[in-house]
This record gives sequence, structure tokens and C-alpha cells, in this order.
Amino acid sequence: MYAQGLIGADGRTDETPEFLAAFKARIDAEEKIEPKDAMPEGYRRTLIRQIGQHAHSEIVGMLPEGNWITRAPSLKRKAALLAKVQDEGGHGLYLYAAAETLGVSREEMTEELLDGRAKYSSIFNYPTLTWADIGTIGWLVDGAAIMNQIPLCRCSFGPYARAMIRVCKEESFHQRQGYEIMLTLCRGTQAQKDMAQDALNRWWWPSLMMFGPHDADSTHSDQSMAWKIKRFSNDELRQKFIDATVPQAEFLGLTVPDPECKWNEAKGGYDHGPIDWDEFWRVVKGGGVMNRERIAARKKAWDDGAWVREAALVHAEKRKARKAAMAAE
Amino acid sequence: MINETPLWEVFIRQRNGLSHRHVGSLHAADEALALSAARDVYTRRGEGGSIWVVPSSAITASDPDHTDEFFDPAEDKIYRHPTFYDIPDDVGHM
Ligand SMILES: [Fe+2]
Ligand SMILES: [Fe+2]
Repeated sequence: MYAQGLIGADGRTDETPEFLAAFKARIDAEEKIEPKDAMPEGYRRTLIRQIGQHAHSEIVGMLPEGNWITRAPSLKRKAALLAKVQDEGGHGLYLYAAAETLGVSREEMTEELLDGRAKYSSIFNYPTLTWADIGTIGWLVDGAAIMNQIPLCRCSFGPYARAMIRVCKEESFHQRQGYEIMLTLCRGTQAQKDMAQDALNRWWWPSLMMFGPHDADSTHSDQSMAWKIKRFSNDELRQKFIDATVPQAEFLGLTVPDPECKWNEAKGGYDHGPIDWDEFWRVVKGGGVMNRERIAARKKAWDDGAWVREAALVHAEKRKARKAAMAAE
Repeated sequence: MINETPLWEVFIRQRNGLSHRHVGSLHAADEALALSAARDVYTRRGEGGSIWVVPSSAITASDPDHTDEFFDPAEDKIYRHPTFYDIPDDVGHM
């Protein structure tokens, strides 16, 4: 997981036209930009914000699924879920490291997450009520993340692109294990099938929102496209996602909760009904069911881990001193 | 923050016969913790048989703002390349 359309990027920049043109020429030639290269401030700021949001999403995204690890229905499912959640932790770490190459510290990013200045994907502010939610998250939420992340493998900023290549290699298992959970439920009892449909009903629209606002309302998106941070628009990616997942739902014998969802021969894709953007913004701004709990859990982990970080540093100092003393003898 | 946990660069050799390649970085208090964190973060699927961790602060890098001057000495020495030399086709592959 879990990039979502960037929330609130600020691509403003005030370098000379010559500098910007030279930079744009490098981007247009598909050259990768590396951390120590000269770059417009707006490019740096946009990337710090986007990679930071992406990293936070991976880490916060461990919580809704972590909620089910001890209650997984079999040892196989438990092992798979544990491995998936561990992967998400790894994704967060690759991404924090990529952001840090731009001159922001891990501590700063963590503080921004905990005090609410930094956002994370709003999908994680929904609760995971049943085991079918774990299947649906793997299938749809990781599925949406894959749609977002594949083009990011070609992002103009080298460290972000390289992190995305690692992430994408690992995501495929996430989506497949989720879909397999759904398949098992849909081939099971009526109660299991109902549970699967209920989960799809609750996760479908939030998954579509993961791609961010419609292109017409998406501020700063053009600048990100011009800098080749972004390769496809929010609506293009959302359309790809719908076209891929509606037949997958049909295969399961489930129905997406959108009466207006139907195949449009002329455009060669599915049409969909209106997305409730009021809900999206409400949840982004903190009004989701789980916003408080997610941040509280991250804050607790950070605070409870403080003594471990301190002890490890003190221990490292002590070992260094001991080594130096031994060398001096 | 007063005490930031140091940053390490991680290099992994997938198997003998290949060279170690830079794969990313991580934070750890010391080299032992850096090694086990590198194993957990970068080799969850058998990506490596050998890991190096190097304190990021120990790396000296060339300056990207002076790339052209710095690498200039190699630029115009075309006689370092095999195609600079004319050998008749009759000689065969050389
Ligand atoms: Fe994932
Ligand atoms: Fe992920």
C-alpha cells in the first residue's frame, strides 16, 4: 500500500526562469534527479510532502490489519497477514529513507504525523469490522495502491522511484492473498458470502476516493505531472482501477454498491455514480471513525518506544568507549 | 531532537559472484542493530546472502554541481576506446 492522490501539495517555487527551464529540460529528457542535484524548492517540497504522506500511510496502514492478526481464522491466514503487515512496515521505512535524502529528518516527519500537520491515506480511518474486511483491503486497497504505485516506479526522483520498485514487487502478494480470502468466503456459507458483500459495500467508495479528487478539482496536479512526479491523472488511475476490479467482483459473485456502475461500450470502460467528496474531506480533516484512534496508537508506539531508542544510543556509546579503552591498552 | 539515531547505508550482495549493491538506508544506534535491521527491512525474501552497513556520515561523495569539470579528464580521450583504431576487415574479429 498505499499512495493516495497527494493532499495539499505546494509546488510554488521562485527560482530564475533559466534555472527552471534547465531543470525542466532534464525532466523532459527522462533524466532521474538525485538527492544532491540542484532542484527547484517547489519540487523538493512537493516530494517531501508526497513521500512523507506515502510513508505515513504505510505505517498507519499496519493498524487496521494488525487488528485482525490474533483473530485470523487459520494459521495459514495468520502467517500471511503477519507477513503482509510486516511488509507494510518495510514500505514505510524505504519511503522515510527516500524522503530523508531531501533533507528532512525522520523525527520531524514523525512529529508532523503525530501533531496532525502531515496527512496519511484517509482509507485507514475506516474500521475493520469483520474478517472479510481483511480480504477486501488486500484486494481493493492494495489493488488501488498498486495502480498508484506502478507509475511511481518511473517518478523523476531517483530514490522515490527505486523505493517504489521494491514496494511494487511486494504488493502483488498482498492483493492476491486478499482476493483469495474473498474467494474462500464467497464459496462458503451464505453467512460468509453476506459478510463478503457487506465488506465490499463499505470499502468500495473509500477505495475509489484513494485516487484523490477529480482532475478538475485537483490543485497542483499539473505541476506534479510536468515534473514527472506523477504520470497519470487521478481520474485516469481511478478508471483503470474500476475497469480492473468490477469484473473481479463479478467473478466472486458480488456486486459493487453503485447502481450506476455499468459497462460503457463507447469509452471501453465502466461508468460510475457520483463520489461523495464531502465524506472524503470530512474524513481527511479528522472526522472519520478511526482518525483519533490511529494517531493515538502511533503516539503510544512512539512514546512507549522512547526508552528503547534512548537505551540503544547509550549502549552504543558505552560499547564505543569500551572498544576505544581496549585499543588504548 | 537532541539525540537522532544515526543513519546507515545498506549494501547487499544477492549471491557470491556479484558485487554488493546499495539498496537504501536505515536508522540504527550501532552496527549490530544496523545489521539486523537491514536483514529485516531489505532481505525478507532471500534478496541477500551478504550485507554491508556503512555509517552515512562516513561517505564522501563527488559534488553533483561540479560533475562536468570533475569527469572532464575522461571526456576527450577517445583513443581509450577500441573503435578509435582502424583495423582492416580482412584481419577478422579483433
Ligand atoms: Fe500492501
Ligand atoms: Fe505497502
